[in-house]
Amino acid sequence: MSCVQPLLEIRDLRKIYPAPRGKAGVVRAVDGVSFSVRSGECFGLLGPNGAGKSTTLEIAEGILSATSGEVLYKGAARGPGFREEVGVQFQNTELPLYLSVRETLEFFSNLFTRRMPLAELIALCRLDDILERDNRKISGGQKQRLLLAMALVNDPDLVFLDEPTTGLDPQARRHLWDIVQRVRARGKTVILTTHYMEEAQILCDRLVIMDHGKIIAEGTPRELLDKHCAGASVVLPGATGAAALSGLPWKAFDTGEGVEVLTEDVSATVRALLERGFDLSRMSVRSRNLEDLFLLLTGKDLRA
Amino acid sequence: MMRRILWMMRTRNREFFRDRSSLGWNLAFPLLIVAGFALIFSGRASQLIQVGIVGGPEAARPAFAELLAAKHTSFVVVDSAERGLDRVRHHRLDLLLDPGASPPRYWISESSPKGYFAEKLLLSGGGAAGSAAGLSREAVSGRDIPYVEWVFPGVLGMNLMFSALWGVGWVVVRYRKNGVLKRLRATPVSAFEFLSAQILSRILLLVGVAAFVYGTIWLIYRFECRGSLALLGFTFALGAVSMIAIGLLVASRTQSEEFANGILNFVSMPMMFLSEVWFSLESAPGWVRAAAGQLPLTHLVKASRAIMNDGAGLAQVQGHLFALALTGAFLLALASAIFKWERD
Repeated sequence: MSCVQPLLEIRDLRKIYPAPRGKAGVVRAVDGVSFSVRSGECFGLLGPNGAGKSTTLEIAEGILSATSGEVLYKGAARGPGFREEVGVQFQNTELPLYLSVRETLEFFSNLFTRRMPLAELIALCRLDDILERDNRKISGGQKQRLLLAMALVNDPDLVFLDEPTTGLDPQARRHLWDIVQRVRARGKTVILTTHYMEEAQILCDRLVIMDHGKIIAEGTPRELLDKHCAGASVVLPGATGAAALSGLPWKAFDTGEGVEVLTEDVSATVRALLERGFDLSRMSVRSRNLEDLFLLLTGKDLRA
Repeated sequence: MMRRILWMMRTRNREFFRDRSSLGWNLAFPLLIVAGFALIFSGRASQLIQVGIVGGPEAARPAFAELLAAKHTSFVVVDSAERGLDRVRHHRLDLLLDPGASPPRYWISESSPKGYFAEKLLLSGGGAAGSAAGLSREAVSGRDIPYVEWVFPGVLGMNLMFSALWGVGWVVVRYRKNGVLKRLRATPVSAFEFLSAQILSRILLLVGVAAFVYGTIWLIYRFECRGSLALLGFTFALGAVSMIAIGLLVASRTQSEEFANGILNFVSMPMMFLSEVWFSLESAPGWVRAAAGQLPLTHLVKASRAIMNDGAGLAQVQGHLFALALTGAFLLALASAIFKWERD
């Protein structure tokens, strides 16, 4: 445990909503979440839709109020200067209408006292080609780059990114990862939510995995994999009937796309599958990743 | 703080001017309405002599039976002499007769040519011969206000109302729904700064649009504003504040554009029909007039009409201006107090 003061600290955060009409009880969107983010690191909140990642993030940003719990920034409650020092990219935000990309950046930049020079920001987020284009006429990837630039206009110390690459094609996603890494190289602290395990593995120094409003695992991607995912994943695309493997010492799941077995002994697993009559003609074996870890911890697919 | 307000104003103005359909509508709508009414009512005044009778034609029988039988003359019921006088003054009645007074009284405007003929008609009537000498004659000074000139301040006021309610109320709800408000909340912008920028931007646009429409109508019809243009501009600015305040109040918490639309219609329709934009409420029941008298659009229309048509000065319209300022200040304070960026 480092004795260096964390940049952001979340303590026992809860957000409880009344249950939807016709249902009893309450909805615990965030249920006792605690973590801390060190200066200069990229911290990830990984989990499926509805896990409570965005709610946690929006409480940390000061957009939502918490039902209970504490958010400390630089060791104290967030003061009036907080908004000047952080940058926020929301998951779904419309851009201001009838403005060009350049005008949008100028507008948001002038809402802050501290500002990153526009030329620097434009180069960082690779917006040179579309500067004079109307906001309504840019592609999904360009829009995400602009939204990221809007989060950086004030040269923030801490940047919140809520699912920055959701809905993007692989190339646009890689472009955005590249920009996030360049932002990090400038010494910025980044907190991001994602449900792409690959994104978390590439970008995050440390992460928490969330489900049903709770943290179910925490650590560096390597630590999490070493701790929970030694071994391999045997995948049978198109197969069903994981229940037939219930007597074995490994966990087997019907993932919807096939059967997946998380095993420490591939040879024994293959023998067991053959004995139980599984067709191995399309079988593949791979080392485990965070997605398998999530499957192991919750019994469900990360993107389900 | 000022820089943030100015930049938000600038952005809102850009949005307004670049939204060509909305801009075109804001400018064309009042022009079309005024032009339409000018066309519809341009011939009416020359066809008939209009005589107002306190208590209605029945009250004038039998003494004025011949007058009532005159051709090309229409008779209008007037509740009281006081309420008919303004219409004589503006030549919207050629003659006003109070047959129930003792002696019977009539009023004409000396400067009205049709008033002259109406008087001749009244005095030459055989039935009135016996009483003609006993009639009490009162001259009213004033000049002809064509309907288009009378209706114009009302149309300007109505346009200002629609533009303020939808241009602020509906737009803020749209911002809330599409996340623009949420995005602004993640910046140092405060609710006060955001609301101030919306108000200031809209006041500038509304007064600008009103000036453009006024100029265009003036170029076409060449009527004059008998009062001070500065006072008229000030009246419109105050009217804009109170209408914007209503728009912001509607928008302070509303989440749905459809709901906001319904509420804005619910607010604007009574004002459109009860604020004397199109017709005078002189003959409406007392309670309707009392209710209409509270509406901000009524104050705006009455004040601007008094300034434009009658040359009223600050002293004559200060009651209306005070009411507009009070409504605006109260509703703005309320809207700011209950404003929410978004649902928590």
